[in-house]
Amino acid sequence: MTTTTATTIPPASARSAPPGIVPAPPGTVAVPEPVAAALERVRAGREFGANVYSTVDVLWVLYDRILRITPDTTDDPDRDRFLLSKGHAVAGYYAVLAAKGFVPGAWLDDQGGPGSRLGDHPDRTLVPGVEIGSGSLGHGLGLGVGTALGLRAQGRLTPRVYVLLGDAELDEGSNHEAIAYAGASGLPNLTAVVVDNHSATHGWPGGLAARFEVNGWSAATVDGRDHEALHHALTGHDNHRPHVVVAVVDPGE
Amino acid sequence: MRQTFVDTTTALLAEDPRTALVLADISAAAFAPAATRHPDRVLNVGIREQLMVGVAGGLALTGLRPIVHSYAPFLVERAYEQVKLDLDHQDVTAVLVSVGASYDRAAAGRTHLSPADVSLIDTLHDWTVHVPGHPDEVPALLRAVVAGDGSAYVRLSTLQNDRPLGGDGTLAAVRDAGPGAPLLVAVGPVRDAALAAVADLPVTVAYTHRPRPFDVAGLRALAGTDVILVEPYLAGTSSRVVSAALADRPHRLLALGVGREDLRRYGSSEDHTRWHGLDAAGLHRSVSRFLGSRREAALPV
Repeated sequence: MTTTTATTIPPASARSAPPGIVPAPPGTVAVPEPVAAALERVRAGREFGANVYSTVDVLWVLYDRILRITPDTTDDPDRDRFLLSKGHAVAGYYAVLAAKGFVPGAWLDDQGGPGSRLGDHPDRTLVPGVEIGSGSLGHGLGLGVGTALGLRAQGRLTPRVYVLLGDAELDEGSNHEAIAYAGASGLPNLTAVVVDNHSATHGWPGGLAARFEVNGWSAATVDGRDHEALHHALTGHDNHRPHVVVAVVDPGE
Repeated sequence: MRQTFVDTTTALLAEDPRTALVLADISAAAFAPAATRHPDRVLNVGIREQLMVGVAGGLALTGLRPIVHSYAPFLVERAYEQVKLDLDHQDVTAVLVSVGASYDRAAAGRTHLSPADVSLIDTLHDWTVHVPGHPDEVPALLRAVVAGDGSAYVRLSTLQNDRPLGGDGTLAAVRDAGPGAPLLVAVGPVRDAALAAVADLPVTVAYTHRPRPFDVAGLRALAGTDVILVEPYLAGTSSRVVSAALADRPHRLLALGVGREDLRRYGSSEDHTRWHGLDAAGLHRSVSRFLGSRREAALPV
């Protein structure tokens, strides 16, 4: 386990936000220290929405303390899989991958540029360690279910599949096909992580976790900025059914 | 054809532990014995076609070879974005096998018709498409695509020719009208009707059950100036391929197939074949008009 300290980055609201960018809430936005430099390199003076910063925590806890994957094991069939379903959350993703040595730091420069391998949505064929190409919402959980089933069919019982989604992404009906089937089939090696910044236009009355629990998943809802709570929730699966972690962050984050 | 698909796939599941089958309830009963024997590799996700294709993508990401099966409109049209993104964009492949074809379930109405499926698959890169014309053609071509590494779409139908004509999908001349004769290319189950249609016309007829990749070399070898495509799905689906293949030659192309209009009629598949002009009489009318127009155009005014 790595002890995580936090570096403060000026809040987005302290800088001039271009039209269409929601500034971060007042105060400072903490980013895990090992990621901060990489994230600043990705940012390259641009304005990030607050949601970028709020996703970094769960990404960092996953890659630093949970996922059994290293830059040397990206093709190991027994590696854990991390599938970023909300493909727009790339800034923190690329920064974490760079901080962990999956991609060279130099790749972070000119992210999204004509010669870059790092697009505004990730492409698994271009970025080592990226398990799926995503961007269109609602594809990661189905792919994750298939990956979990494929591992199980081949007797690979060690690796676990983690899929990161957003609460608004769950608007897409394809997710609910996956939630129902994963629960019904008792898929034991799948964890969904939903970053809940209350951005779903029509909300989720009754809570997000309930959508999963009613289908037979185990669920934990935690503070999405609290690394210890995230770690506890992300290791809280019982190996008999799929598990969901709802990581709650401030609205707009 | 569905039964030969079930039998061959059941055998493949037993022979090759890399093979997996993903269903969305359709044909689940027929695969019940296979599901009992291979519960981890025969996966029925329920009536969830987006998930069916997404699961196939995930299985392929772990190294399995998924076969995905449902009615054509639900497999290809409803889940098109999953086909595009969960397979192609992930750089993984699967074998999609449909039933229903264009109007096998005519009495079920528009919701179960899928004349556009091959066109949709044709928007993707590097897919193999098989449209068998007889149940006995299915085992060999299915085995070949499952043994391969690429993505394939196998379109099964209740319509068929009297006899199978196997082969690897290269154009096979089934009627030779001599050098320079108009060439009619019949894809899959329309072969018998096409042959009957041109029985009294000087037309060479070639058959294929594999419209993609289209046998361009065979086409160039057989084609004169006039080419007639007869396809059991959307008319014109292969026009671009023929046009590109013959771009360096003056040529004329008549592309026959299923129309775009929702006829809002039930009846039988034979009725729809007739309404779309794909029966022998309809094809004869279209081909005669096409060839006649050439002759008329050549007459001195």
